[in-house]
Amino acid sequence: MATVVELIAARKRFGNVEAVRGVDLAIAAGEVVALLGPNGAGKTTSISLMLGLRQPTSGEARLFGLSPSDRRARSRCGVMLQESGVTAVLRVAEIVDLFRSYYPAPLPTERVLALSGLTDKAASFTGRLSGGERQRLYFALAICGDPEALFLDEPSVGMDVTARRGMVETIRAFAAAGKTIVLTTHYLDEADQLARRIVVIDHGVVIADASPPQIKARVASKRVSFSTTPPLTDDVLRTLPARLLERDGARVRLLSGEPERLLHLLFERGVPVHELEVVGADLEEAFISLTSGQEARP
Amino acid sequence: MSTPVAGVVPLAGLLLRQTLAEIRIRRRIPAFSAVNLALPVVFYAFFGLPVAQRTFADGRSVGAHVLASFGAYAVGSVMVYAFGIGVANERAMRIDLLLRATPLPPAVHLLAKIITALVYSCISLALLIGFGVLVGGVHQPVGVWLSVALRLLAGSLPFIGLGFLIGYRYGPNAAPAVANLIYLPMSFASGLFMPLDQLPGFVRAVAPWLPSYHYAQLAWNALGAPTERLAVSVLWLAGYAVLFLGLALRTYRREEDRKFG
Repeated sequence: MATVVELIAARKRFGNVEAVRGVDLAIAAGEVVALLGPNGAGKTTSISLMLGLRQPTSGEARLFGLSPSDRRARSRCGVMLQESGVTAVLRVAEIVDLFRSYYPAPLPTERVLALSGLTDKAASFTGRLSGGERQRLYFALAICGDPEALFLDEPSVGMDVTARRGMVETIRAFAAAGKTIVLTTHYLDEADQLARRIVVIDHGVVIADASPPQIKARVASKRVSFSTTPPLTDDVLRTLPARLLERDGARVRLLSGEPERLLHLLFERGVPVHELEVVGADLEEAFISLTSGQEARP
Repeated sequence: MSTPVAGVVPLAGLLLRQTLAEIRIRRRIPAFSAVNLALPVVFYAFFGLPVAQRTFADGRSVGAHVLASFGAYAVGSVMVYAFGIGVANERAMRIDLLLRATPLPPAVHLLAKIITALVYSCISLALLIGFGVLVGGVHQPVGVWLSVALRLLAGSLPFIGLGFLIGYRYGPNAAPAVANLIYLPMSFASGLFMPLDQLPGFVRAVAPWLPSYHYAQLAWNALGAPTERLAVSVLWLAGYAVLFLGLALRTYRREEDRKFG
């Protein structure tokens, strides 16, 4: 399969901070890849390098085998960025039309509006849109050129549940049509639903690169949930082989690499345990333990 | 414009669509039209109409002279405000970030803005001269008006440079104030609002150093004013264009490095 995106030993330094510290990554045509990592991990910088919005300090970035700033490469990509803006005084349909004119074989305007759920807003000025509608507009601008590759940096931030579901459906349809999709997201369920490959980035390096089930399998951790009264204190928690995920009144949710020893200690200390549940970690928890860097590091 | 490249939109088509969009965007900003299309006419009504039918000792029309002055004021104003305030706003809204990821080359985007500013300059000149002719009864051969307009459009480069310099140096809150603080006193001190011989001595001493003074000379010269040779005006304007565009380019490059380096 042809390679769409390539980062070769890419490094990017901003002053004293090295945001990307040697990333090698190749994404083939038709792949749907999610970049995951905590804030400041280097996801956005990596996408910027792929798109030629940033120049690598060393190493190389290629897009469709070309320099990422080449117009021929950009004409085959649709991009949705965080914290970018558009003029406030064009109507939604007008700005979609303008962006369509940048691409050689764009989708019809009505179809773009329908796919991004903006048909009702076609005549609204962009400056009057709500946060979620704005995000849908950026999605519309990303897909309007009927791109072969779609880059989405935190696409569903600010969208409500319905809008998110709609966008996930549209992205799935694009993926089914053989498009290459690279996205970053904080919503791990979104990555799990969409991506067939997850690249976990932390502190500017790739710490895992596999399918969602493989990522989950790499984490030995189990999620241990139970209720207890009186509520578990921080002092007790600190002595347990577990990380606190959530505490809601009497209910606690822990992540542990040694669930048997954890339960043994709880019983030994006479902590009453009700409604016990021990299950395999889901993607979010896998992610926490991967990036926290202890039990899951291979 | 260049040889066609497979799989991309031809540059001429991109430029046309982008220019039409920029014109529409400007049209929808009432403050821009008020300042650049209405204000020069209002100023002419105050300063020009009362003297429209007078003549200088050498027989030249005072009304036409003042019309040329406000023509220079109007085109300079379009350039300084369109680029000064427009660029400051677009930078603050991070409009350049998303555009940079599209196949629209930054040079085409810039050229579309310059063409748009020239279109608005033409509209502003047509309104102003039309007002002078119809309301003020100022008459000159059509060729003379065309010469005034062409000289003002061609000589506007220093003001494009000044606009960019302000737009790249200042944020959207400071840019309008800075543009006004520079452009209004400079126009006044160049004799665009009142003849220089009615202004204080120190202003008369400063005027020949200002770009708008030499800019207005282009238009006055087209009406036969004997004050400055055309080549001298052109040299001064070229010097200011190099200075302002050079400073603007330096600021622009620094920002490019920070944003896209």
